[in-house]
Amino acid sequence: MSTSTAHQPSTLDRLANLGRTLISPRGAVFLLLIVLLVMIAILNPSFAEPGQFIRFIQRVAPIAIVAIGQYFVIVGGEFDLSMGSVVTAQVVIAGNLIGQDDAMIVPVTIFMFVFGALVGLVNGLIVSFLRVPSFIVTLGMMLALLGGVLYWTGGAATGNPADAFREIGRGGIRDLPVIDILPWSVVVLAVVLALAVWFARRPFGRTIIALGDNATTVRYAGARNWWVKTSTFIISSLSATVAGILLVGYAGVHPSVGRGYEFTAITAVVLGGVVLGGGRGWVVAAAAGAFALEALFTLLNFAGVPSTYRDAVQGLIIILAVAYAATTVRARRRGRALETPAAASPTGTIPPEAAPVDQTSPAPPVAKEPDPNPVSARPAPIPSTQRADNETKGGS
Amino acid sequence: MRRRFTVASAMVGALALITLAGCTTDPNVAAPSDDAAATEEAVEWFDQELFDKQDAEREVVPEGPEGEPWLQHINAEMIDTAEFASEGAKKACFANASISNPWRQTGWITMNQQLEVLQEAGVISEMETRDAQDSDDTQIADIDYFITEGDCDIFLISPNSTAAMTPAVERACDTGKPVVVFDRGVQTDCPVTFIHPIGGFAWGIDTAEFLIDELEEGDKVVALRILPGVDVLEQRWAAAEKLFDEAGIDAVDYFTGADPAEIKKIISDELAKGDVQGIWMDAGDGAVAAIEAFEDAGADYPVMTGEDEMSFLRKWKDTGLTGLAPVYSNFQWRTPLLAAQKIFAGEEIPKEWVLPQSPITAEEVDQYLEANDGMPDGHYAKFGGEDLPGYPQVWQDRIIP
Repeated sequence: MSTSTAHQPSTLDRLANLGRTLISPRGAVFLLLIVLLVMIAILNPSFAEPGQFIRFIQRVAPIAIVAIGQYFVIVGGEFDLSMGSVVTAQVVIAGNLIGQDDAMIVPVTIFMFVFGALVGLVNGLIVSFLRVPSFIVTLGMMLALLGGVLYWTGGAATGNPADAFREIGRGGIRDLPVIDILPWSVVVLAVVLALAVWFARRPFGRTIIALGDNATTVRYAGARNWWVKTSTFIISSLSATVAGILLVGYAGVHPSVGRGYEFTAITAVVLGGVVLGGGRGWVVAAAAGAFALEALFTLLNFAGVPSTYRDAVQGLIIILAVAYAATTVRARRRGRALETPAAASPTGTIPPEAAPVDQTSPAPPVAKEPDPNPVSARPAPIPSTQRADNETKGGS
Repeated sequence: MRRRFTVASAMVGALALITLAGCTTDPNVAAPSDDAAATEEAVEWFDQELFDKQDAEREVVPEGPEGEPWLQHINAEMIDTAEFASEGAKKACFANASISNPWRQTGWITMNQQLEVLQEAGVISEMETRDAQDSDDTQIADIDYFITEGDCDIFLISPNSTAAMTPAVERACDTGKPVVVFDRGVQTDCPVTFIHPIGGFAWGIDTAEFLIDELEEGDKVVALRILPGVDVLEQRWAAAEKLFDEAGIDAVDYFTGADPAEIKKIISDELAKGDVQGIWMDAGDGAVAAIEAFEDAGADYPVMTGEDEMSFLRKWKDTGLTGLAPVYSNFQWRTPLLAAQKIFAGEEIPKEWVLPQSPITAEEVDQYLEANDGMPDGHYAKFGGEDLPGYPQVWQDRIIP
């Protein structure tokens, strides 16, 4: 991997940094992903064919999208355990309300997004205003949604919705050269990831990260904490809705679709080096975590690990990988003084007091595209504060 | 601060474990802990004596009223129940393991419709039900509650697991009231009767023989299994695995938790590795996703065994694939209440009530699709409630009582 980038005319330093980052805990998820993919390709060379590989991306798309949504909640300092059940609820809603009627597709899709946003809003408001830990709120939401689905369906789906709706998760642009088919899921994933990267760099996205790092500072800076926090839950529920739409197509309607997604997503996010408790992490690494997890499952399938102890093998590898990725925190805590200025200096001089906040987010060596305007983006939360100043004072 | 991150790492580890539990097995259906060690080796689930018994029972023509399979029995040793004969409407107490899967839900609906009939006939005054939600502990507490405070005239028990429930069932027997056990068994013969279809080995034999007939030696079969550790499911695979092995079929098994996304991934991976000629399932839930994986990969349809769940029957018909729908007779949910009626009437009933269990073949599939028109996908074709009140509306609406 690092040799391929050697052709770039950029400095040797940069290259060395990249190599070091890949080995370092922070870049571990990318290294893990590469290692897993190479191992799969060795076991089963056809996996490396473009047509097969694009199918792999199609399969990972829903869980990667859920992981991206979960990233925003976790980096903001909370958990969303209701994501899997939102996926389940949306899948069942699609199956029951659309049925075989093509005319229902658009209204029901709109309804699903509204419903998703509403679930997130309720989660966020309860966490913000009733001060109930998000772990409990979203756990309750998970049970409420699953119970609602059970009540509504009697535990069995009425049937799959119209094929036109399932096309999003199942079909794609066909008859392309090289890859043969470009699944819509892959397109959706690309769009969601691009949106997430863009959003994370916006002032609001940075406020979310800052909120996870130090809520008090953010409040004094004048941001409306409740709204920032609530919006992360809305984002996660909406991403679960998108994943649900893809899964209806990919898998079909079943009350078990989406089961366990919240934990898979949290594992993926943590595998991507995002710190539980918030304030540190990169959204692309979270998505890479989802890919690494799925690659691991696939590898075990190809390796023919017997089903009886497959779970144990998966568990061990995940724990080791996460533990390794988690050392990033300790490493950085010790090495921050040395590491930060060195890494940040190429992009501009940073006021020392601002550095700790940003340090958390995209670590510059990993982020290959440098931040176009890091200096102006960083203090962004502050301008918005002027307006909200009065409100916050009243609130606190 | 350091401590905070240590705690975070510990949580991650815990979460990772929960993830695995979440994605790969159904946490609702706990394996009996005593059997946990046994799940390691499929061989230990294999029981030659039981295999031979069930193999033979498949061929037996059941005795009992024509057209009412829920009252038929195979090789029954009849016992006298005159000691329980009694007038008037009785209170039944039902300790249910769970209603956590479509098969149990369908049966539970049917049971409630049967109850309605018996209430109108003045046989049963009421049925108090406790749902153990797949927990051994809960079910033991439920049974003890019934014994001490339930004021029950008869105990109906659908055990959550075999070994753990045995002492509680024995305590229920000690009350001197009749006890009826159905579906999964217990390790005591104190109940008046134990009602169940032929069993998991018969399922495994039916399905494996079908696939072996349709396939060539050396062909690849992917076995999709719901979860480990439940005897009725393990026995299905134990029988099939043995027969595949003997016939030279290359069979590989996976646990899916009945999650269609998981099933689709597994099949896609297998198709990426090489051709797959057959699909074997230990329960039909999620069969459609398996078939769609072949469609999406552009591969030929496999020879397949599913279950009598409507989703599989419909997809089978649509695609015209070569299939068989084995049946774990859902109509058995009617039998315990009907047994109670016979017990209070002092009639003879079988000590071990083995109900018929015959797969739906390609010739019969049209007939069952027609009979169950309008039923939801999770409905079971051999639910046996066609003559009960509320048919077909109650099963179509699928409101869990």
